[in-house]
Amino acid sequence: MLNRMELTFLSRAQNEAFARVAIAAFVVQLNPTLPEMADIKTAVSEAVTNAIVHGYAGREDGLVTVQASYDDGHILTVSISDTGCGIEDVATAMLPFYSTGDGTERSGMGFCVMQTFMDAVEVSSAVGKGTTVLMRKRITGEVALHRERVLDEIG
Amino acid sequence: MLQYKPFGEAVTVVIAGELDHFAAPQIRRMLDDVIRDPAITDVVLDLENLTFMDSSGIGVLLGRLRTLQARGGTLSVKNMQPQVEKLFRLSGLQRVIGIEKDEKGGRV
Repeated sequence: MLNRMELTFLSRAQNEAFARVAIAAFVVQLNPTLPEMADIKTAVSEAVTNAIVHGYAGREDGLVTVQASYDDGHILTVSISDTGCGIEDVATAMLPFYSTGDGTERSGMGFCVMQTFMDAVEVSSAVGKGTTVLMRKRITGEVALHRERVLDEIG
Repeated sequence: MLQYKPFGEAVTVVIAGELDHFAAPQIRRMLDDVIRDPAITDVVLDLENLTFMDSSGIGVLLGRLRTLQARGGTLSVKNMQPQVEKLFRLSGLQRVIGIEKDEKGGRV
């Protein structure tokens, strides 16, 4: 593990943007491409939103923890944890378009977005104890590689 | 934030900033204020300055689409940023929400 960060904040909706900015500031150390950065911000936004909307059911006094780390193989690992209500049936919750149907126009696409934008997504949950979403993504950083090649060529 | 086009044309609404679960209620209210007038049937969302959207935004768009479709109208988008377009296409929204070409005739 080359670097690691941990961040805990209240389950308030305005912290969704804070989580996106924080993960972006950490990930920029890996020189990601713009699409890679956008993928990670979107996936983290989905997981944090799930914690706030579903884990704590809108309660604003819960705690959401974002942990991130990367190794020298440029594999980014991000976990988003809550100690909220937990998910009874994780497999069903992860189905595209599945939503608890609370009438607030949720799309049911959150897990689908995470799975598409990241290389791996694992969900562990216990009813009454909380949920942790663990995601991994290899950062290729093509922009940085390209810059290195250009610098090599011009000596 | 709102731009009304002359009578007979689609109403263009500019959505700027970020559309996540936090921003969704405000943007939903703003759009509902625009389409409250039953004479408005066709709405185009100009997303040039929408820098971020997550799946909360999908719900907002689909909800407005349903309202417009119920009166025989349409919802379209134009000028999507790459992150927004990726989410848009992943969700299959392009099957129900049109993607308009920009004024210069290029791909949006």
